[in-house]
Order: sequence, then C-alpha cells, then structure tokens
Amino acid sequence: MPRRTTELLRGGALIVVATAVVLFGFGANNYQLQAGTTLAMAVVLCLAWNIVGGYMGYPSFGTAAFFGLGAYAGGIAQTYGLPMGLAWAAAALVGAVFAIVLGAILLRLRGHYFAIGTIAVVEVMREIANNWDALTGGAIGLSLPILAGSPRFAGIFFYLAMWALALLALLLTVAVARSKFGFGLRCIRQNEDAASMVGVDVFKFKVAAFVTSGIVIALAGAIYASMVGFIEPKDAFNILLSIEVPVMVMLGAAGTVLGPVIGAIVYVVLRELVWVNFINFHSAILGVIIVAVIYFIPKGLLREFSLTRWRKWTAPPAPAGQG
Amino acid sequence: MIAQYVANGLLIGSLYACLAVGFSLIYGVLNIINVLHGTFVVLGAYVTIYCAQLLGISPLISALVGCAVMFVFGYLVQRLLINEVVAAPVFISFTLIFGLDLLVNNAMIQGFTATPRSLLVDYGSISLFGLSLSVARLGAMALALVLTGALYWLLRHSQMGRAIIAVRMDRHAAALLGIRVPRVYAITFGIGALMAAAAGGALALVYPITPLLSGVFLGKSFVICVLGGLGIVPGALVGGLALGMLESFGTIVFGSQWSTTVGFVLMLLVLVLRPTGLAGRKGYE
Amino acid sequence: MGEPILLIDGLTRRFGGVVAVSSVTLSVKKGEIVGLIGPNGAGKTTLVNLITGFVPKTAGRVVFEGADITQLASHQIARRGVARTFQIVQPFSEMTVLENVMAGALFAGQRSSIKNAVDRARYYLEFVGLDRFAQFPAADLSLANRKRLELAKSLAMEPRLLFLDEVNAGLNSGELKHALELIHKIAETGVTIVMIEHLLRFVVSVVHRLVVLHHGAMLSDGAPADVLQDPAVIKAYLGTKFAQRHKAELESQRLKYQEQVQQSS
Repeated sequence: MPRRTTELLRGGALIVVATAVVLFGFGANNYQLQAGTTLAMAVVLCLAWNIVGGYMGYPSFGTAAFFGLGAYAGGIAQTYGLPMGLAWAAAALVGAVFAIVLGAILLRLRGHYFAIGTIAVVEVMREIANNWDALTGGAIGLSLPILAGSPRFAGIFFYLAMWALALLALLLTVAVARSKFGFGLRCIRQNEDAASMVGVDVFKFKVAAFVTSGIVIALAGAIYASMVGFIEPKDAFNILLSIEVPVMVMLGAAGTVLGPVIGAIVYVVLRELVWVNFINFHSAILGVIIVAVIYFIPKGLLREFSLTRWRKWTAPPAPAGQG
Repeated sequence: MIAQYVANGLLIGSLYACLAVGFSLIYGVLNIINVLHGTFVVLGAYVTIYCAQLLGISPLISALVGCAVMFVFGYLVQRLLINEVVAAPVFISFTLIFGLDLLVNNAMIQGFTATPRSLLVDYGSISLFGLSLSVARLGAMALALVLTGALYWLLRHSQMGRAIIAVRMDRHAAALLGIRVPRVYAITFGIGALMAAAAGGALALVYPITPLLSGVFLGKSFVICVLGGLGIVPGALVGGLALGMLESFGTIVFGSQWSTTVGFVLMLLVLVLRPTGLAGRKGYE
Repeated sequence: MGEPILLIDGLTRRFGGVVAVSSVTLSVKKGEIVGLIGPNGAGKTTLVNLITGFVPKTAGRVVFEGADITQLASHQIARRGVARTFQIVQPFSEMTVLENVMAGALFAGQRSSIKNAVDRARYYLEFVGLDRFAQFPAADLSLANRKRLELAKSLAMEPRLLFLDEVNAGLNSGELKHALELIHKIAETGVTIVMIEHLLRFVVSVVHRLVVLHHGAMLSDGAPADVLQDPAVIKAYLGTKFAQRHKAELESQRLKYQEQVQQSS
C-alpha cells in the first residue's frame, strides 16, 4: 500500500477514535468518566516513559518522581492563587528544569546504577514532601481549590483534559519516532559509543529525551492533582507507579508508537475487571501480571502478534551465501 | 555524649552490615538486584520468631532454622524462576523480581497480618567505658558480625566459596573451567537469602518486625552497598558501619525523620561522584 | 598531496601504571595513505582512540585541518570530518544495514532529513557493494560484509580523514582483493587514510608511508622500503629472517601493483 494512503488512513483512524472518545465523555456516567480518565492518564504516562525507557533504552524508575513533582508544583501554585491553566504550565516548567538538573546528574550512569539512582530520587522526593510541612503540607497532604461548576462538569472537563494530553503525547511520540532525534535515541540504545563516533551528541540527546518525557509526566501529575483535589506524599510519589508504567509499556511493546497505548489499555482494563474483586490481593495480582508478561510476552503484544512477524515466519529464508 | 552516639552507630552498623551482605553477594555474583531481599529478611525473622515463640525452641537454634529454611527457599526461587532472567537487562530482571516480591509480600501480609512481631528479650544492660549498652543489642551485634565473618571465611577458604568468587570475576571463564554456573547461582542466591534471614533474626532481637518494613530493609541495603563499594564483605561492613554512624549522628543534626532521606541522598552523591564506593575497589570477597 | 591534514604532538595516554601511548609526534599530509603497524599491544588502536576523542588524553595536542581538536568530544570530532572503523565490528544490531549507514549520514554526515540520509546511505552501500543487503538486519551479515558495512557507515559521514582499524583481519584472499580495490577507490575520492594493519604484504602494496609503533612509542616513520629495512624495526617487529626473505618480494610486489594502478588509470 502506498505510503500516502497509509498515512491518510492512520490520520483518519485517529480522528475517528478522538471523536469517539469525546462523544463517550459526554454520554458516560460518573464511574465511566473516572475510568476513562484513569485510562487516559495511563496512556499519557506510558507514552512519556517510552521515550526514555523504550526508544532510548534507559531503565527509568523515576516516573513517580516527575508525577509527584508535577502534582505538587501544580497544587502549590493553585493554593497560592494561580489559575489552573497557569498552574499546569508552571508544573510543566518545573518538570523541565528538574529533568535538566536530574538528567545532567543521572544520565552519566548506565544500567543498574541508573535504575537505582532513579528509585533513590523517588524516595528522596517523597521524604522531602513528607517533611517540608511549610511548603507541601507534609504527610497530612495538600488540598487544592475545587473547580467551579457541577461535579459532572468537572468530570467531563478533566476527562477531556487528560485525553487532550494523551493526544499530545501520541503526536509527540510520532514526531520523535520519525525524526532524526528518534533515530539518534535508537542508536544510543543499541550502542552509545558507536553513536558518539558517528556524530551523535549523546549527552544532549539523553537530556532532551529526559526533558520531553519529564514535562509530559509532570503535566499528568498536575492535572491529576487538580482533578482529585487532594494529594499526599505517599500517593503522589508512589513507587508502584514507577513499576506499573514500565510494565504496561513492556506489555504493549516498548520502543514503538502504539505499544504503550495498547499496553496501557490492556492493563487498565484487566485491573478494573480483576482487581475490584480481589482487593486484598491487589499487589499480588500485579506481581503475577509482571511475572507473566516477562515470561510469556517479553517483547510485548504488538511484536509477538504483529503482521510483519507473521510475514517473516511465512517468508523464504535469507540467501545463505554472502560472497 | 559523643561516645554513646558512636557506640549506637557501631551497634546498629553491625546489624546493617549483616543486612546488606546477602544483597551485595547476589549483586556481585549474579549481577541482579535482588528486590526480594527485604522480604527475605522479614520472612527469615518470622520463621525464627515462630520457632522461638510458638515451638519454644531456643532463640539461637531458631535463628539457624530460619537460615536453613530461607536458604532452601532462596535456592528454589533462583533455580526455578530467576535463572531465566539472570542474563537479561537490568530492567527485566529488576521488574521480574519486583513482581515476585509483590506476590510474596502480599501473601505474607495476608498470612501473618501486618502486626509487628519481635523476639524482644530483656537481658538488661551493661556498663562499659561509662556507656550504657543493652545486652540484647550487643548479642545481636555479635551474631551479625560472626555470621558475616563466617561468610567471608567461606568465600575465601571453601571450594564452593572459591567457585562463587570465580563466577563473580568472570562467569564465562568459570564455565570453561568446569564450574557449573547455574548451580553456583542458585547456591549463591540461597546464601544471600540465608544471610537475610540471619539479619532478620538479629534485627528481631532489637526491633519489632512487620512485612511493611521489607521496603525499608531493601532501601537500606541499596544504600549500604553503594556506600561501601564493590567488595562483598568489606563493602557491606564499611557501608553498614557508615550508615549506622550516619543515622546515629544524623538524628542529632537533622532529626530522626530525615535520617532515611540523608542515607539516600548520600547514596546518590556516591553513585555520581565515586561509583566504586567509599571503600574503593576492595577485592572480590 | 600537500598540506598536513593532521598534526599530532607529544600525544600520550597513561592509566593505572601503564603507558599505552608514549609521546607520539606525527604528521599526515592531505591525500596520503599511511600504514600504522607494530606488534600487538603497541598502542595503535589507542592512538586512534586518542585522536578521535574516544579516550581521554593524558598529554599532547591534536591539530586537524589547522584547528586544535585536543579538547573536543568524539561526536564533535566526527562532525569535523574524522571517521574511524572499529576493530571488533559492532553494528547497530537492531537496525537494518541501510539504517546503519544512515546513522553515519544523518549525524556526522550532516544530512538534514531522513530522506536525504536514505539517499546518501544507498549511495555508499552501492560503493562498498552491499546494496542488495540494504533491508537485511545488520546482525545477519557475515564477517566480511560487516566490515564493509562499517566502512560504508564511516564513508557516509563524508570524512576527510579516515582511520581503518584492521579492516582485513579474518578475510580470505578473494575478500582481501576486493578490500584493496575498495581502499584505492576511497583514496581516489581524496580522503586521507590511516590504516592499522597486520598483513604487511597488503599494507606495503597500498601505502605511501609506514609508521611503526612499539610499546606505545614511535619507532620508525618513512617510505615502506626504508622502514622495513630499519634495523630497529627488524629487531622489534619483523625479525631478521623475515626482512631478508621478504625484502625483495615486498619490493617487487609493490612495484607490480603500482604498475597496475598506472595502467588502469
């Protein structure tokens, strides 16, 4: 199929899906709205993580750090009187600055050490939020001003806001995937030294990826905070989030455009269906899902069941003699 | 006075050394981050407490039973589950073991409930150099140091210990020499679990233990290993004592609620500035 | 051949207690083909690593096309027109052959868009003879082809100075013949080449000049015939028997090849 046609089809599909999402929002009941918003948030976080963890291959467990930072930055800004939109912009800015600083420090580490470093950051951030009472309200938490209007209005508003962010994240991912930047990230993932020798400014690319990812995650945190109206350190900086997001992306297929989306959808649906009936075993079930994904679907659903893989299986083998 | 803080630091530091050495061993030899470590500590402590309190066995024997049980558990977990991902990138192995940890921890909370349990014994205190030291804590410290020392001896002087060190240095070369690497991995993991249980038993003498503490123990082990550096036992000792001192003095300077954070911040600093740890490259045992 | 394109002054690399490269001073003229030889561990690859910024320098200066590049990072040096191949070829294994070469074109080669990079990459794949493998996963290539891929990737960077690190190790005689032709083809486009080689017969038939390294220091530098008769070189590397036995043979081989080149041009 000619390239132009696939592009048009993809664009068309996106418009159809977007319209369906919006219509659903207006027709849904409160529970469905909330579930839809949760799903949107998962999609956002997965797409954002995918840039650093999927394309670039750096195992970041720092998602919770940016999420909590965005939540608190947005929340604190709002308690000081800033209108919500500006508070969200402030959260994005804070996320960007934090990503630059953190990136400059942590991105020199590789593999295990990078992973541990990102976890440590989450823990430290949570403790700071817990103990810096004057700024964050401490362990008691922070209450945000509530959006004016009916609960239904608020529900639809945040639903649309989160899905708008999801669309932004998707378009960003597509742009990265097709650009020189994305190509460079993939080179970095496979062989950092070779990438450098071929002319890639590895450090700059790494920080740029970290910042892109960080801004989106921080925005998600800010929207989340405004939506729930109350945040506390152990929920905003929850290490479980830092684990769930990579697992969702891995489930879908890391390093692709749609993988994170599919992974998020499958995981959230599973969670809603199975979990609610087994509240006490909720972390055990997450554990089982993790083990199952790693043993049985390590490359992700998109790759294990892709059309190209099927074609590869059924195609004749590559020529043996390479003279 | 200062001396009391130093003594406290040393007492808790020895426990910390024992806590971290199993984690360090597994990281050094298998090159994976054993996220189950904290849970192993709690599990080991619980087996010890169960034996001592419900079966009426003496605390020391109970601790040994705990160690033995955890060794077998660790061996099986590695052989059956973790061996598949031993060579995988850190992201995969870390997440998998995290998943297993969620499972086991949740099961523990359901089975044992989150009520803290302990083996608190009151043997009173003794006075040494003008300091008041609880005998139970001294006992725990002694137990921790003896076991850590035993591990060091094992690694240097026994055949299995030397095989483990060989695998740590170069797993391919070790395989070529006829060492059965998967078996060494499983035994090492078992020993790591054993040391966790030992630490659990020692800690139970001094603190109440609950499954909710597994994360704390794991976090401290991370910090200790990074602080202490690459040698398995010397690293754990240096790191453990350093953290013990840090927490002891940190309470005065920062207040007790900041002590965990200070540990993590210091860890980040060491990671970035001096990744070989405070002790530097200190050999393979 | 005229101006010096590369000037190295007192370049040194020390780490731990080892001196890998010891105060090497050398200049390479534009358009030259220089052979860098010496026993294993002489510091040849380390020297290249130092010049290309892959490894930090303990002392010394590197001047490329008149500009001091001593403090520059490896990607900056690459962008200025210096490329190198690696001895142990490790392509970007998850990418196709075409994408591997595109990497060279996109970054150091400064192609602005993916499409331009694709065109450039296809050109160089054809140049080295790998065009039919364009869509193959790079990991599926044979050793000889991987070396060609590495070469194509470096060429796509459009360098003016190219370091070849043992491109011929592991090739059979047929493949060697192709490699020789390729190197001449590259030199004809005006690229200055420095090649690290073990196969003396090969090197001698293609270079203008030989530089010999031994224990990190420069032992000899000059025309191949002279260097190969240098007593210090014979003692350290060649051995008297080899030098005697092959002196005449190497000389005649070189003359024969130069004749061929003259005849075909």
